[in-house]
Amino acid sequence: MLRLPEFEYAAPTTVAEATRLLHERGTKAMLLAGGTDLIPNLKRRQFRPELVVALHKVEALRGIQERSGRLVIGPLATLAEVAAHPAIRSQYPALANAAAMIGTPQLRNQGTLGGNLFLNTRCSFYNQLEEWRNSDGSCLKAEGGKCQVAPGGKRCWAVSSSDTAPVLAALGAELRLVRHDDERMVPVAALYRDDGINYLAVQPGEMLTEVLLPVAGTWDRTAFLKLRRRGTFDFPILNVAGAVKFGAGNVVERISVMLGAVGSTPMAIDAQKLFAGKPLDNAAATAALQTQAGKRATPLPNTDASHVWRKRMVRVYTARILKELAT
Amino acid sequence: MAPKTEYAVIGGTETKVDGLEKVTGRTRYADDLSFPNMLYGRFLRSPHAHARIKNIDVSKAAAMPGVHCILTGKDFPIPFGPLPISEDEHVLAIDKAIYVGEPVVAIAASDEATADAACRAVVVDYEELESYMTLEEALAQKGEAIHPDHRGGNVHKEVPLEIGDVEQGFAEAEYLREDVFYYEGNTHMPIEEHACIGVPEGIDKVTLYSSTQNPHYGHRLLGKVLGLSPSRIRVVATPVGGGFGGKCDTFSHEFSACRMALLTGRPVKFTLTREEVFYTHRGRHPVLMWSKIGFKRNGKITAMYFKSFLDGGACGSLGVASTYYTGALQPCSYKIPHYKFEGVRLFTNKPVCGPKRGHGTPQPRTVMETQLDKTAVDLGIDPATLRLINAVEPYSKTVNHFRITSCGLKECIEKVVEASDFRNKWGKLPHGKGIGFAASVYMSGAGVPQYWNNGPHSEVTVKVGRFGEVQCLTGSTDIGQGSMMVHASIVAEVLGLHTRDIMVLNGDTATTPIDLGSYSSRVTFMSGNAALQAARRMRDQIAGVVAESFGVTADRIEFREYKVFNADNPEQSMDWPDACALTESKLGAQSSSGNYTPPDLAGPYKGGTVGPSPAYTFTALAVQVDVDPETGMIKIEKVWCAHDIGFPINHTLVIGQVEGGIYMGLSEALLEEMVYRKNRLKAPSLLDYKTITVAEMPEIETHLICTNDPEGPFGAKEAGQGPLLPAIPALLNAVYDAVGVRIDEVPCSPDKVLFAMEEKAEGGAGRYGPKAFLEHKMTSKPVRAPRPAEWENGNEGRMS
Amino acid sequence: MKHMALTLRVNGQDRQILVSPSKTLLEVLREDLNLTGTKHGCELGECGACTVLVSGKPLLACLVPVAQIDGAEITTIEALGGPSNPDPLQVEWARLGAAQCGYCTPGFVMSAKALLDGNPNPTRDEIKEAISGNLCRCTGYHKIVEAIENVAQQQQVSKVINAVTIASRQTTAVEVRD
Repeated sequence: MLRLPEFEYAAPTTVAEATRLLHERGTKAMLLAGGTDLIPNLKRRQFRPELVVALHKVEALRGIQERSGRLVIGPLATLAEVAAHPAIRSQYPALANAAAMIGTPQLRNQGTLGGNLFLNTRCSFYNQLEEWRNSDGSCLKAEGGKCQVAPGGKRCWAVSSSDTAPVLAALGAELRLVRHDDERMVPVAALYRDDGINYLAVQPGEMLTEVLLPVAGTWDRTAFLKLRRRGTFDFPILNVAGAVKFGAGNVVERISVMLGAVGSTPMAIDAQKLFAGKPLDNAAATAALQTQAGKRATPLPNTDASHVWRKRMVRVYTARILKELAT
Repeated sequence: MAPKTEYAVIGGTETKVDGLEKVTGRTRYADDLSFPNMLYGRFLRSPHAHARIKNIDVSKAAAMPGVHCILTGKDFPIPFGPLPISEDEHVLAIDKAIYVGEPVVAIAASDEATADAACRAVVVDYEELESYMTLEEALAQKGEAIHPDHRGGNVHKEVPLEIGDVEQGFAEAEYLREDVFYYEGNTHMPIEEHACIGVPEGIDKVTLYSSTQNPHYGHRLLGKVLGLSPSRIRVVATPVGGGFGGKCDTFSHEFSACRMALLTGRPVKFTLTREEVFYTHRGRHPVLMWSKIGFKRNGKITAMYFKSFLDGGACGSLGVASTYYTGALQPCSYKIPHYKFEGVRLFTNKPVCGPKRGHGTPQPRTVMETQLDKTAVDLGIDPATLRLINAVEPYSKTVNHFRITSCGLKECIEKVVEASDFRNKWGKLPHGKGIGFAASVYMSGAGVPQYWNNGPHSEVTVKVGRFGEVQCLTGSTDIGQGSMMVHASIVAEVLGLHTRDIMVLNGDTATTPIDLGSYSSRVTFMSGNAALQAARRMRDQIAGVVAESFGVTADRIEFREYKVFNADNPEQSMDWPDACALTESKLGAQSSSGNYTPPDLAGPYKGGTVGPSPAYTFTALAVQVDVDPETGMIKIEKVWCAHDIGFPINHTLVIGQVEGGIYMGLSEALLEEMVYRKNRLKAPSLLDYKTITVAEMPEIETHLICTNDPEGPFGAKEAGQGPLLPAIPALLNAVYDAVGVRIDEVPCSPDKVLFAMEEKAEGGAGRYGPKAFLEHKMTSKPVRAPRPAEWENGNEGRMS
Repeated sequence: MKHMALTLRVNGQDRQILVSPSKTLLEVLREDLNLTGTKHGCELGECGACTVLVSGKPLLACLVPVAQIDGAEITTIEALGGPSNPDPLQVEWARLGAAQCGYCTPGFVMSAKALLDGNPNPTRDEIKEAISGNLCRCTGYHKIVEAIENVAQQQQVSKVINAVTIASRQTTAVEVRD
């Protein structure tokens, strides 16, 4: 049976206590929320933390509530809770759908929204047991060595595989990040960096305490599409999220489209410039958006399915998200 | 619906005898067992595909607290294999490692973590050798052969066979086609990871509890490799949490657990991790195939020439049989007047391929059935009719000399055509929707054992006790197919009891008589016949005693509803326990035995022993799909299947086997593949090795065709493997019907469909698949055999 | 590493254990508490064989460090019913042959149990969704879906019908057809 490595364990009850532990132990400490990402990664020895800081006793990180017209989601809200929440389903169906399509029912009962936003980037050379990785020189992201996907280059191409990140980025949601001695708000899109190893733009010792959705009515429609080969279990091999606000005459006033799982970071496609003042079914704008998306996406052979096909699917799914937003 | 019968138990839908224990979590699988003082074994495995082992330094590991036993290749000098003709396997690598994941060092320690840590402390000095990861590389063999002592180098086995005169057959043809096809390898993926425990008994004996399909063959090989008298070894097959052929061979962990138990005097458990299960493999061979087939314009087949290249992985396993099987059953579903087959199996530096559900026959079946579909389109004959024109007939000889007895192929085809409304759908559904058809044949048990012997293939003992308790002892193993229920049903039917009155004890080489194992769809037919004979003998013994007490002749005694009757005067009866007690008081302890040995059905040529079976099942199947023309993604909408079961011993079990087989076929058709990147398996995990889930599973409509086989127990034939076969080609044919492209490759992934559609849109053939077959000159002497006498004078095989 | 004293409430009983915090619930159930009805097929959250209920919700025991569920109510297959008093789900599961090799079965049954506890009248799609985190390699899933559907229907027809008679010689599931 695969087992966890030994680690010290702490279960703080407050954010202050948790951030203090992070501050004191630095990179040797890791946070445990639902564990659906961290536990398999630990079993595969992708990390070897000295201390695991379990967050389940921090009540302040739970729950979904309305505050000043905004929905505020605690990062420990499970994906099942996000998927089922009536206000999220009515105001931001794309988020509920994305959460509902992650993993399996058991994983959604266990996994959290915060965990999905911080989901470790994935790569079929990296998400392997230690012996497998080390049998041919390991990889940049694990023990170092060379990138097995693009051996010539210096960067890591592990894939951003979160389903909620593109949605929250498209919606313009914000995150509250707290450190032992300060805190800040960042837009979700600013959480990520295009680097498979250092994929999060967070400061040492920072933790997520709140996910703030935009005020109701910011968007008229939101949509989410996920490409995977099976209707369950699978991580995305491409996802697309979109949000639109219509102006008078049913033309686009504001639009936001994000691509996920075709690079190390969720990617914004500049739909606003192409669609502002035009109807969503504008053929020239659609074609231009498809071209742009196709250029941005960098699928490589480190996930399920052929990367050439995934690249082709970027165009198809870009057109489809517009249709979803229109209906 | 279960058929109406005159039987009390047979053909019914009773809950299987081990059903409740399984659904309540009470069944104890191998890893659920533990013994006092138990040690835990782990392997250090090779990180290299092909490398000389220059030195193994275990000193650090040996010094670790909690480490009790360390074994390396030199502790197991005797090579082995399930087939005596290819004994090329070692428990632990000796001199060189031949695939990534091959066990090199075995360590037993007080707990798993310590054993793992100790494995990491071992230092192995390797010198990498040229590795052969593809058919092309293996054939070119630029460096040392994988098995340097093997006569053919990396060519493990060649099978050249010609029956009749294919050139003449092709000359008579009015339509000829040649196709090249590649079928990727895949694996069994049982949900239970392999596990076993070696338990020392006394000072010089050992019991192996193991998740194995074939305890008898394991018993034989353990004796050979461990150098122990068989009387010192007992193999107990624990309930198997999924087999599908993957737990047929005897494995390194089984040999190691026994040896370590004997050395340490303590029980030693091995439980493989999921990744290790992938390396243990013995799964479906990747096969590159070429097939030429000739037809008359009216659709009659005139000749077939079939070539296969099997990528065998690093060892022989059952690969010689697999090679023959890629050529054995083509003439058994359709009448082929002239037949030529050339099969070649190569060694490659990959985990070992072997028998997976359908053993060597799904690959050629897929080629043949897609060829028939292409032919149907070209000749303007609908695919079902084309199959009916060529279908083999009951009581006939195939051109390769196999005896067909009961045969419901035509009924199966007609049933599926009717149920699916095939003729009104094929070629007529809107673009994107399609329906595909295929048919197939499979064996009810192999005609010869894996090692040569004259003993029965199945032996069953029935014991009856003083209180009327009945035990049925069989060496067969229940791998989920329901063999315990099959035995209980047969014995209960004969003795007029309920299945719950029968205690089935199985798969224990010390207490149950020999059965060759749960493979080759043999258990219902062979062990079922042995159980039937044993139960009848028991019935006769009891009937004799009871008849005497009733003052009638034994032939007037009937057994029904827990009673023994005088048929002519049902008032004169005796409760079952009283009849048992009476018999015991007159005759002593009551046991009876039954045996089954299949008739000698071998074809009169070298290799004519692979493929003959006492009975064949036939299946027809249609698949309806919805293909997304923008993505190539395939949604399976519905499957219709008709299977010639002979007669179902238990209707529920048979439907379960049919549905499970179709599921597995569809899963390999769409998704499953063992893909390597350089030397490493790409996806040794349940997340990344894709199988279809409940979300993809279509509705299945199953019809059973009852042909009452004359030699099967109660007319029964197999169900476990046959229904898998047509699912794969039927799906590919449905994709063609939906979007007009031919995917000559399995799995049929969406990228292949999309690329073929794009090629077609650009004016190409609309095909995805291999372009050419491999060039290879056979060194083995061609085997030529005459056609059976039944094929003379235009008789097409019918037996008089 | 330092061991922790924990109290787990398993199948209605408080169980005191002293374990390393890096042990998962799966290891504790199978190895410390000898509750081997909970199976394992991957230990990475990829098969569903180790599904148990934690506070009524199906979770994967292989992904839960046991320290994280100190005090929670854990239900395993052993609590659902034994061969002499099976749950209606178990009876129907066995009757339809929805357990072939039976290895994935405990995990599936726990997923199904959680579904019916929370939604006594699920649609076929809801049933499929509820078991979409469990892999089966034997059955092709049909009989599993059918078993759950039948039990839901039985319970809808009459809440009373869960009487299961195990006579010494015969098992009879009381059947109700709609």
